[in-house]
Amino acid sequence: MKKLINSPDTVVDDALAGVVAAHGDLVRVIEPNVVVRADAPKAGKVGVLSGGGSGHEPMHGGFVGMGMLDAACPGSVFTSPVPDQMLAATKAVDGGAGVLHIVKNYTGDIMNFELAAEMARAEGIEVTSVVIADDVAVKDSLYTAGRRGVGGTVLAEKIVGAAAEAGADLATVTAICQKVQDNVRSMGMALTSCTVPAAGKPTFELGDDEMEIGVGIHGEPGRTRMKIASAAEITSLLATPILDDLPFVAGDKVLAFVNGMGGTPLIELYIIFAELKKILDARGITIARNLVGSYITSLEMAGCSITLLRLDDELTKYWDAPVLTPALRWGL
Amino acid sequence: MISYDDILAWVRRFAAVVVENKSYLTDLDSAIGDADHGINMDRGFKAVVGKLDGLAGPDVGAALKTVGTTLVSTVGGASGPLYGMFFMQMGGAVLGKEALTLEEFATAFEAGLGGVLRIGKAEPGDKTMVDALIPARDALRAAIADGASVSDAVARMARGAEEGMLATVPLVARKGRASYLGERSAGHQDPGATSTHLLLRSAAEVCAGR
Repeated sequence: MKKLINSPDTVVDDALAGVVAAHGDLVRVIEPNVVVRADAPKAGKVGVLSGGGSGHEPMHGGFVGMGMLDAACPGSVFTSPVPDQMLAATKAVDGGAGVLHIVKNYTGDIMNFELAAEMARAEGIEVTSVVIADDVAVKDSLYTAGRRGVGGTVLAEKIVGAAAEAGADLATVTAICQKVQDNVRSMGMALTSCTVPAAGKPTFELGDDEMEIGVGIHGEPGRTRMKIASAAEITSLLATPILDDLPFVAGDKVLAFVNGMGGTPLIELYIIFAELKKILDARGITIARNLVGSYITSLEMAGCSITLLRLDDELTKYWDAPVLTPALRWGL
Repeated sequence: MISYDDILAWVRRFAAVVVENKSYLTDLDSAIGDADHGINMDRGFKAVVGKLDGLAGPDVGAALKTVGTTLVSTVGGASGPLYGMFFMQMGGAVLGKEALTLEEFATAFEAGLGGVLRIGKAEPGDKTMVDALIPARDALRAAIADGASVSDAVARMARGAEEGMLATVPLVARKGRASYLGERSAGHQDPGATSTHLLLRSAAEVCAGR
């Protein structure tokens, strides 16, 4: 295993030290390992926080700042954070107008966030939660843990963060988050697995000419293993189930998000985006906004995911609103 | 009787077993998960062992609750809340007791299992720790009904967990990260059921010859 680390045990702490050193004007870190917006709490503003395992950077710590998250709780690599973190985060961002927890749909995240929300409510803070479950690769049924929360989470955090920044109340902010969840779908694929530092070897092995379709962001195997195909075919394999699931129809305006898993270069993501535009053009769907880059990653996994969000005027307005975080900044 | 010292010895023994099996549990969790189960359990139980020396004792329930809350605060993932709830509920059922009869231990075990079922919502056959916990509970109850000694009853409980763990191999996961793999999860032993077996086997080792 070759990584730019000092030791597997200190990866998260060392990284957080770097984040604060680089972005101390935007964020600070409080005990127990919570990234908080530098000027939190903002009196009268709804607090918005999220969290999850480390290893997906810039999600979530890179999204803390004006117009997006007020706090992010990083767990150990690929491991849900603990309730103590979410409770400390909730208290740190409580401006007296309530706090929204954006929770990715994973068994551990759900349980830890639920415990934390109960603890926060017991201390008199109004907490709401919205679960993001946008991955169409998993059947949402009685027989699974439900759809994973993946790329849609990034879009939710931006849009919801803007609404809170604009002064919307807790019920409104929560409803907007739910609206994003109801209108967003994603699917991912991998060319390689990744290596969790403490494990020391890749989580699974893929042959030189193989790819994995329907992967999540934790290095776990996906639904199907296939021979590698062209960018055009891969884009179709990802986009078609997304389009058919919502379903997205002719006349829809979408935000198209082509995401790198961490180990794929930008040049390849743009090839995928070009193929995605061809597919959407053929279906009469307009790409009104886009995001291309590695924003929700799986350490050094090579691969990509596609996320489509059906837009209306409100979601578009909040997507366009100014944001100032380590990973996203525009409109200033 | 199962004494306060026995409970502490059990937890310490399991913490050592986790260290011995850290790679094994992580490997199981690589096949059908995200390769962090051994790492997470090790972190949690190292923290637990650190707390044991500071306990005033000899309240068995309080000690078990401390194990549980420490796990919730350190393990993360799904294992933290699940194992945390198991120990917290076990402890809550026997607060104030300085030693447990076999019957009281079974009652506490039931409370722990109930906590796991409540927050995890798994059912038998979902390919989870519950598939080891339920056969273990059943074996413990059967042993008590047979008038078994402490060592026999706890050994039978551990064997129940072992059988349950092995029975997870052909199952298709319906809960947790393994469920994303669908049919591909079949043919792999569940990591959560495995750590549960190791936990209950540790109890049997501590109670052997009693």
